[in-house]
Amino acid sequence: MDMARALRSITLRRLAIATVLVMGAGYGLAFLYAPEDADQGFIQKIFYLHVPLAIVALVGFIVAGLLAIQHLRTGDSKWDARSYVSIHLSVIFGVGVLLTGAIWAKGSWGVWWEWREPTLVSFLIVFLLYATYYPLRYAIEDRDRQARYASVFAITAGAFVPLNFAAVRAAQPLVHPRTFSDAGGLPGSMLLAFLVCLAGMALLWVTLVRFELTSKRASGDLKRIRRALGGGDGPPSPARSIAPVATSAMSQMRAEGRR
Amino acid sequence: MSPFGALLRKDLRVELRTLRSLPAMALFAVSAFVIFRFGLDRTTLDGGLAAGVLVPTLLFAALLAINRLFVAEREEGGFDLIRLAPIDRTVLFAAKASALVIYLVILELIAVPIFALFFLDSVSGLLPFALVLLLTNIGLAATGTVISTIATMSSARDLLAPLILLPLLIPLVIAAAGAGEHLLASDGPDYGRFGTWLALLGLYDLIFLLVGYATFDFLLED
Repeated sequence: MDMARALRSITLRRLAIATVLVMGAGYGLAFLYAPEDADQGFIQKIFYLHVPLAIVALVGFIVAGLLAIQHLRTGDSKWDARSYVSIHLSVIFGVGVLLTGAIWAKGSWGVWWEWREPTLVSFLIVFLLYATYYPLRYAIEDRDRQARYASVFAITAGAFVPLNFAAVRAAQPLVHPRTFSDAGGLPGSMLLAFLVCLAGMALLWVTLVRFELTSKRASGDLKRIRRALGGGDGPPSPARSIAPVATSAMSQMRAEGRR
Repeated sequence: MSPFGALLRKDLRVELRTLRSLPAMALFAVSAFVIFRFGLDRTTLDGGLAAGVLVPTLLFAALLAINRLFVAEREEGGFDLIRLAPIDRTVLFAAKASALVIYLVILELIAVPIFALFFLDSVSGLLPFALVLLLTNIGLAATGTVISTIATMSSARDLLAPLILLPLLIPLVIAAAGAGEHLLASDGPDYGRFGTWLALLGLYDLIFLLVGYATFDFLLED
């Protein structure tokens, strides 16, 4: 068991190092190698931050839906914990998407918000939907029910993400000039820098998800140890929690020991 | 009688005897029209503005019914009886969604003619628009039934359903208002992108009926 935990922590460290390297390389390429955009100038560099953030956040939402399917199929709460952490980090990335999107819009179009940019508008709608995930979890006290309902939400919202993009795009007959609608025109050096940035951002998301799950597990273990040392029957914390309990290595060990 | 028929008849009979949802929905819609008359300071509406008043009003009125959809089940222990009954639980999803579609059709039969009477110069676009509304109702019923179940079982109740549903229903508003903009134009209906909107509505209905069908069982587990 200790071996498995040690292995896990090493993988997390390696993952973190890989993230730093790939992100460093990506932004190095973006600023030093990729040419400055002829049309937009320096502000276009935010493209290497904004678009990878958005893609990773959206993929994260869909991954959360798939994890939620796994939770409903198996009934194992660890899938709910993974789905929860995925949504949590994608929402945080989503704040970054909206902020960088507003800055980019101000820099290149002169306005802080642009309703004619369908991707940004779609993203806002998706973000508003996922923001309700927290009050939803908070409003259900029973742990199992909370996990199940959160999974149903994650599946529904995951199916909603692509559909919403299609709908907002359909509402937009006049397509605003977009960096990607003519991706063929994106020079090779820009594309390379972009792809490395995207890979770095994806690694960052995975690292943070792993980190969050590990830290949840550790703090769960710590609480259990404290309770065991403090006489074994500390009062359960009265605060309602919206975060799922990750199955801990400690309780697994104890269960195995009992057997 | 099939379980589906029994549950649907039960719901319709309860609504007919108590009249808890429908009169409130209709009254809400008509009051909202009056509010828009003053809010926009317009006595006639057409095109995008007509669709922009009518579609969101119907949607908000639908939220009233969605909030009340499972209240009797919660208060009178209907959920427990469904769990005990030897039937497929997704039947409850089908029955509730069908009841909701019926409520919405009745609401529209009342509210849309009043809207036309109040604001519209040309009513020739209303017939094709009825098809748009019907597909919108199905989508509303599919997501509304799932989210209503979640909200009913939570402690936030009436707060949670509108909160989750408003963003979730935006594609329906986009399609219905987009179709309405051309169908309710002052110079007669224009069918330019009618097919696109119907396809979008159909896709939404299909996806969320499937999601509801697949997940509803997990909402009823105890």
